[in-house]
Amino acid sequence: MNQQNPAISKGIDWSLAWIYLLLVMIGLTAIFAATYKEGDAVVQSFINFKTDYSKQFYFFLIGAAIGFFILLTDSKFFAATANLWYAVGILLLLLVFPFHSRVKGTESIIKLGAFNFQPAEFCKIFVALSLAKYLSRPETDFSKTRSQLIAAGIALLPAVITILQSETGLALVYFSFFIVMYREGLPSIVLIIGFSIAALVVATIVIEPNTLAITLTAIAALIIYIFRRQIKRRRDLLVTIIFLWALCVGIQRFAVPVIFKNVLQKHQVERIYDLFGKDNPYLEKGEDITAEEAKKKKESGSSYNVRQSKIAIGSGGFKGKGILNATQTRYDFVPEQRTDFIFCTVGEGFGFLGSTILLGLYLILLFRIVTIAERQRSVFSRCYAYGVASVFFFHIAINVAMTIGLAPVIGIPLPFISYGGTSLLTFTILLFILIRLDADRQMVLR
Amino acid sequence: MSVFNQSRSRIIRIIFLIAFVVIIAQLFYLQVIEGKYRQLAMDNAVYAKVVYPERGIIYDRKGKAILNNTIIYDLMVTPAEVKGIDTMDFCRLIGIDTAEFKKRILEARFKNTAVRPSIFKGLLTKEIQARFEENSWKYPGFNLVERPLRTYPFNAGAHILGYIREADTKDIENSGSFYRQGDYIGKTGLESYYEKVLMGQRGVEYMIKDNKNRLVGHYENGAFDTASIAGRGLRTYIDVELQQLAEKLMTNKVGGLVAIDPKTGGILAMVSGPNFNPNDLTGSDGSKNFSRMQLDVTGPMLNRAIGGKYEPGSTFKPLGALVALDEGVITPSYGYPCGGRYTLCGHGKPACTHAGGGHAANVRLSIANSCNAYYAHVYRLAVDNPKYDNVKLGYLKWKEYMNAFGLGVRLGIDLPNESAGGIPDTSVYNKENAGRWTSCTNLTLGIGQDKMQTTPLQMANAMCIIANKGYYYTPHFVEKIDGETDEDTTLMNKFRVRHNVLTQIADTAFNEVIEGMNDVVKFGTARIAQIPGIDVCAKTGTAENYTILDGRRIKLPNNSMFVCFAPKENPKIAIAVFVQNAGFGSTWAGPISRIMIEKYLNDTLMTKSKADLERIASTDLMPAYFKRLQYKEDSTRAFKWFQTTKDSSYIKKYISTLYGPVSPSPGKVPVPAKKEIRTLAILPADKNFRKTDLQKRS
Repeated sequence: MNQQNPAISKGIDWSLAWIYLLLVMIGLTAIFAATYKEGDAVVQSFINFKTDYSKQFYFFLIGAAIGFFILLTDSKFFAATANLWYAVGILLLLLVFPFHSRVKGTESIIKLGAFNFQPAEFCKIFVALSLAKYLSRPETDFSKTRSQLIAAGIALLPAVITILQSETGLALVYFSFFIVMYREGLPSIVLIIGFSIAALVVATIVIEPNTLAITLTAIAALIIYIFRRQIKRRRDLLVTIIFLWALCVGIQRFAVPVIFKNVLQKHQVERIYDLFGKDNPYLEKGEDITAEEAKKKKESGSSYNVRQSKIAIGSGGFKGKGILNATQTRYDFVPEQRTDFIFCTVGEGFGFLGSTILLGLYLILLFRIVTIAERQRSVFSRCYAYGVASVFFFHIAINVAMTIGLAPVIGIPLPFISYGGTSLLTFTILLFILIRLDADRQMVLR
Repeated sequence: MSVFNQSRSRIIRIIFLIAFVVIIAQLFYLQVIEGKYRQLAMDNAVYAKVVYPERGIIYDRKGKAILNNTIIYDLMVTPAEVKGIDTMDFCRLIGIDTAEFKKRILEARFKNTAVRPSIFKGLLTKEIQARFEENSWKYPGFNLVERPLRTYPFNAGAHILGYIREADTKDIENSGSFYRQGDYIGKTGLESYYEKVLMGQRGVEYMIKDNKNRLVGHYENGAFDTASIAGRGLRTYIDVELQQLAEKLMTNKVGGLVAIDPKTGGILAMVSGPNFNPNDLTGSDGSKNFSRMQLDVTGPMLNRAIGGKYEPGSTFKPLGALVALDEGVITPSYGYPCGGRYTLCGHGKPACTHAGGGHAANVRLSIANSCNAYYAHVYRLAVDNPKYDNVKLGYLKWKEYMNAFGLGVRLGIDLPNESAGGIPDTSVYNKENAGRWTSCTNLTLGIGQDKMQTTPLQMANAMCIIANKGYYYTPHFVEKIDGETDEDTTLMNKFRVRHNVLTQIADTAFNEVIEGMNDVVKFGTARIAQIPGIDVCAKTGTAENYTILDGRRIKLPNNSMFVCFAPKENPKIAIAVFVQNAGFGSTWAGPISRIMIEKYLNDTLMTKSKADLERIASTDLMPAYFKRLQYKEDSTRAFKWFQTTKDSSYIKKYISTLYGPVSPSPGKVPVPAKKEIRTLAILPADKNFRKTDLQKRS
């Protein structure tokens, strides 16, 4: 309580700060590479706030100022006001409905003067805070199903609202908070089942049905072989494995097709397949799209994005083409290359080496946050730290995976790298609150 | 609780790690293992822009450009960018209707996709180009693209120079895909023969394009670009003023004219009638004129000077004399007592215009008086030469002489589609006469008839051989190529070789024949070719000919022929002129040759020649039967069109001439019974109408 820090630098984890600075710089370089056109007056446009990289630079300055301000605050402030922030966040999300401006097919943006403001982004901070607050309450017994449901509710309420704003991608981020809950004692079976079903559905879409069925069977056979001794002793294990195998194949061969064919609308199915850069295989006879339509589709939509993005990254090779020689990203072949597909610029310009270094940097960041989480004395700080790690992890993994065709294109930014003021500020605030809380790690916050 | 769950932090780290490993593995696959993305990226972003070189220029002997380059504009369209334009307005500007507009846009989309430019209207007229330039801001998606165009400043030399067209699939295939769609290629004439020299070398600029296929700059700052190399010029022997004069003289005439410098084999002028202005094939009306000319039965696109096959008739006689003299079967003083016809073969043919009076008392006189009996007999003497066991061997020797004179073989001029003419092989006569024939069988070969066929070029070349007393250079147009390479030298070497084909013939024999030809001008049939101060040697020829029209054999006016060289001493020009269905050799072909010689040697024309020039130029000697032939061709085509498309708009015209005007009854086109149409349109097409049926000489 009376731990007044004479200098704000005391207790600060500098490694996080440095990684943060490094990532923002990489981001600025990437945005510069993606948007610079020959003959642009770099210095002038920088000052004039005209180009994307200069805008991003100003956002970085604003973010750094806010970060500094956060370091000045008392860490108790966050624990104390967590629920209030959550309420504000939900209110903002709801405000979007009457006040949103139509920008690129999304309904999640409020225009504030010159700025586009996306509450769904900011809401991540509030959810991380309030979830930490709920889990750290002394009266919460997280082993109870009731508590688990409440925690899930806190995490998923913004997701529901966001889905209503046609921002499925942003909504999916909130599912990452299950990692926090897992750390705090959510039975692993919940995560395993959830993850398995998601993986199976994705596999059904991506992999050719027969291949997948054979693969599943092979996996089942392998498991039986590995556990053959245990199975000899316990017959029911075999039954379980066979049952699980049958369930998986059933979902893959029957449940998913039936849902896609009969439950969902045609265009919805199409969009799902589009996300993976695939054609909808559930078209009725005669409904087959003509070559021209297929071509048209190829030149627009997500499958085109993924294809171009893969070409850009793939063409980078091992060492990359160098920052301004990246033809694919520099000449706008990859749509959204400043924002969601910024990783292409890195992949094309710096190759496998650069991409791996960037991913390594991210991995260090994540591991560092987990380490920091585990050294917290207060549950609130730990939960919050895990919240930050989860959000970062989800963003990084899904964003990079979608640019290389491993995940659906759901349009979420790459932390600190993607162009966009809201996302940069959000991630900055998330990180700096963590640094602030960590600086006071000896304190027990409630 | 927290202690229990501490282990989960490790699991969470493992989850993070696994996700990253999977991602890095995929990156490794994409960037390091799978190579195709590099190529895909190149295809995506780099556009190899072909830079067309300027085609080579063709100059005449005085260095005047007779084939040059100019620029015209194509209107290009990028369908995807065509937005919000006033279509009606645009169509009015270009001069098409909206249906056509839609059709062309669709075509462009189909051919070249919506985002890449394709030709909307090629070769704009100056007027449309100017109108479009003024209003171009109104029409996004449309722009003008420069296109180099061939131009003929002297409006002359269509058949010599030839034309270029876009390479068709066959050209592309033949070139091993060297040519590409949209490339131009010389199709005829010098443009075709010297294609490799004239075309230059295409350059390639690797341009970076963006996602909309817009070119944004040079790839790698142009490190991989290759500059285009302009085509090289051709320096020819053509005297463009002489050429223009010759073309004027051959206006509205069917036939061929060739003028050669015997000393070099360089062709000074070459005309094929009917002629056309080469500029008609370029520019905005080019295609229209092209198809019109292709459907013209008079064949304006044919080069009759090298492809037209004519019986040389009397113009052949000097050659016959030389063969006999060289074979030793006659001496210069050999005479034949011609009594008006040749009687030794029993049928009294051929007849002769002269009778008695010693008009064939020696070689010189026989040429001057063009005695048919003399040359029929001389031919017989040559092939029945006791040196050779029988007539067949004798004939083969005679044929050898003919080939040495350049008859019956391709001379190898630097133009494509040269005809070899025809000196029949013994097998032809064997077949026709069951293997038994004598010198009487093909007696009229001696007077340039029977199955003998020559081109004007061959006869002009034969004149060169006589003028040179035995040698010739392969007739050719191009003296030298600008910046001649080794490859060019190989190409040109065959034109620089002196062919000493008949130098074994004694000078005395040549002199006798040359004097005889000089006598032809002095007091013989070619007095019209006299030029004060110049000794002209010449020989006239007149050939009767027939054609089959509508199933009937009809007699056509005679072909008028004239061969000559001048001056007698140190000849500088040799000419052969063939005018189809014009009359006597001396009436048309003679004065034409004289005017040519005057122009070339004196550079001015006599008053008489000036008058003759105008008279000849303004005389239409196009055979009348062509009109009927054209009608038949057109109506047949219209009928075939009607048969395949059921579009009666063309056939109507021909029906109305037979059945009276067609009443414009709406909805129903009166079509006569099918049988009747057949008789109208499927008349037996005379496939050989151009090979006129020559029969007799003068």
